[in-house]
Amino acid sequence: MSEKFEPVIVGFTCNWCSYRAADAAGTARIKYEPNVRLIRLMCSGRLDPTFVMKALAGGADGVLITGCHPGDCHYIEQNYKALRRFMLLRRTLKGFGVEPERIKLVWASAAEGMKLAHEIDAFVDEVRKLGPLNWPKWENESNPAEVLEVTA
Amino acid sequence: MSDKPEKPRVGVYVCHCGSNISGVVDVEGVRDWAQEHLAKDGVVISRDYKFMCSSLGQELIEKDIKELGLERVVVAACSPHLHEKTFRTASERAGLNPYLTELVSIREQVSWVHTDKAVATEKSKSLVAGTVERVVYNTALEKLKVPINPNTLVVGGGIAGIQAALEIANGGFHVYLVEREPSIGGHMAQFDKTFPTLDCSACILTPRMVEAGYHPNITLLTWSEVMSVSGYVGNFNVTIKKKARFVNEELCTGCGICVEKCPQQVVDEIYEAGIGHRKVVYTPFAQAVPKYPVIDAPNCTFFKNGKCKACEKFCPTNAIDFAQQDEYLNVEVGNIILATGYDLFDARRVTNYGYGRLPDVFTSLEFERMCNASGPTNGEITLRDGKTKPKTVGVIHCVGSRDKNFNNYCSSICCMQSLKFAHLVKERTGADVYEFYIDMRTPMKSYDEFYQRVLDEGTLFVRGKVAEVTNAARAEHEKGKLIIQVEDTLIGKQRRIPVDMVVLSIGMEPRADSKQTGQLFGISCSADGWYLERHPKLDPVSTMTEGVFIAGCASGPKDIPASVSQGAAAAARVLDKILQKEVELEPIRASVNEAKCSGCRICNNLCPFNAISFIDDLAITRINPALCQGCGTCVAACPAGAINGTGFSNEQIFAQIDGILTLAPARSAGVGL
Repeated sequence: MSEKFEPVIVGFTCNWCSYRAADAAGTARIKYEPNVRLIRLMCSGRLDPTFVMKALAGGADGVLITGCHPGDCHYIEQNYKALRRFMLLRRTLKGFGVEPERIKLVWASAAEGMKLAHEIDAFVDEVRKLGPLNWPKWENESNPAEVLEVTA
Repeated sequence: MSDKPEKPRVGVYVCHCGSNISGVVDVEGVRDWAQEHLAKDGVVISRDYKFMCSSLGQELIEKDIKELGLERVVVAACSPHLHEKTFRTASERAGLNPYLTELVSIREQVSWVHTDKAVATEKSKSLVAGTVERVVYNTALEKLKVPINPNTLVVGGGIAGIQAALEIANGGFHVYLVEREPSIGGHMAQFDKTFPTLDCSACILTPRMVEAGYHPNITLLTWSEVMSVSGYVGNFNVTIKKKARFVNEELCTGCGICVEKCPQQVVDEIYEAGIGHRKVVYTPFAQAVPKYPVIDAPNCTFFKNGKCKACEKFCPTNAIDFAQQDEYLNVEVGNIILATGYDLFDARRVTNYGYGRLPDVFTSLEFERMCNASGPTNGEITLRDGKTKPKTVGVIHCVGSRDKNFNNYCSSICCMQSLKFAHLVKERTGADVYEFYIDMRTPMKSYDEFYQRVLDEGTLFVRGKVAEVTNAARAEHEKGKLIIQVEDTLIGKQRRIPVDMVVLSIGMEPRADSKQTGQLFGISCSADGWYLERHPKLDPVSTMTEGVFIAGCASGPKDIPASVSQGAAAAARVLDKILQKEVELEPIRASVNEAKCSGCRICNNLCPFNAISFIDDLAITRINPALCQGCGTCVAACPAGAINGTGFSNEQIFAQIDGILTLAPARSAGVGL
């Protein structure tokens, strides 16, 4: 590839904090990398791990998961569940032969537009260094991404 | 699983937002691309318009819904938090269920944060594709209606909380006013005069306190704290701890004999800001509301070594009750107003100003108490020895505020407060006053006129941030004085100004426990620690949590008029809710498909609202929609896919992921697929 690799990143945001942080970044005209496309969930606890697998199987090079700071969850404690799922996802990805660094968890409150922008920039940079996501072939030649596509 | 309707007819509307969006995004390009490439997903019409949210823009959509029979609408414009309601209401007017309309944020998430037009346009297309694919799976939903409990909880009995409580109580509804100190009144009760009118603070505050104290619609709970909150807008359940006063409120007449007879004195760190004393059985000040005293158990001789009981011996009504226990009250309320106020910056942190080390350096609150006729010096302005009158006084502004080392924000009241001090010093002692300021901020009604008055009175102003307050004299005339070292930026010179007394105008800070209090009520703080408004301009007393409002300094530094306005504003919001009698809740809820539920109980422990229960007879799980708050954690956890999260179903999110990745290069290159 001659051109600089531009990863595609899917981001999942919480309606109460990080989605509003993205709004705040916009209102303040804070510039950040355009590689991230955000999907709004009501809570990071809504993040079904299959969403992440689906995104990676469907052409994303990385997935950003954002939620309220520990203790600040709009639904009391569901962001801790997102944290647990994130840890499991990293292990699962490793098992698939995919770099666990392709997923990132960021806590960003509604006031932290600047922080969210910085974290997005840093993550885009990390994924850019990792290069395009290449699913390793399995021995029986079936493609894990296809398998995921089916189950998802 | 909700079925994908047969070819739903989707309309896409791309907004220019003047040039806010079209300045960076090729709006026509997005429009054409959607028309051409998203036809397979059901897009039958794609339009752009200068201002989609204008009445003409809305009419355009309504007309299309009626004439083209649109079944879904996607508006690519600003954040859904701004205009989702606008467009959903427009759809509803045209006969389309509001939940079949979705917004795509291509302003906050694209045009305002990116600069490259080609890339921004591609990103906009992806986001539109994602939402078009998602909206196909949206289902018609109805808002849930729940009755509103007409009672209100007001937390904090400062002027903002008192105002809020009175407005609601006068409106005919019941209020529980909770205050953790023994009396309501807050910081305002500590001040002597208020700027710029020089009204006596107590004279204007105490009638309000009395009104709140005796109002038939207000249950006043002082010396009390909120321990837990559960429920949701309209139906909160609150547990309040009423700390033991050791005084029976039924019997006490507030005569004050117990206070008089109590042999034990301690420094009053709260009301007298550490420069005065109080008895161990005490009311913070003479006009306290309620009038019942409190026994400070940790300092009480009887509690320490079992002897004394002087108060009990002399009480004419036998109101002293050493066996009293903390009481826990459970109250049901529909709305909550937090007016928890502020703490003051700890002046010891600015070590170079010498507070705590140099005796004649005072904080602004100490100075307020000193000026107050009921304060420890009976209103005499003296040095720390309590006798000597100062001949020169230096007032330092912005202590702890507008300072990179401490707080970046402006505490907004200190300029006016400092000017008031200059006036009081002049009036009462005739001493010379120096004001050390960075910028003079006097923007409200009659404030600048007051500044002019203080200038005319001969107060000396030095523009510059003070470097140091020291007692190390360098010259004869500095001996025995406090020397203020400052760069006078108006003449560009370093100056050393010897004074007898220094007053530090300390800034406001969020309450030390504001984060915990926020967590208790489910609201969040800004990076500085102040509570976050729903919208800083258009909704300053609401929070992200329905039914929880904020007023006064809890959301940032304010003066008295602003705090009172906010108290009244929060009350108006609450009255509005009460008068509606019921509240509409977003229908975003989880429900169990009982045919699919395997009874594994994985979801059972995930719900923090106890909305999930297991039905033993049927060996399945059920969700109570009135308790469910719609976070979706159980939906994500169900291994059988038996729980449906309305509005954010798996089908909707999967379709959105698919749509968003339509243009991903990996997909066109066939990588990963």
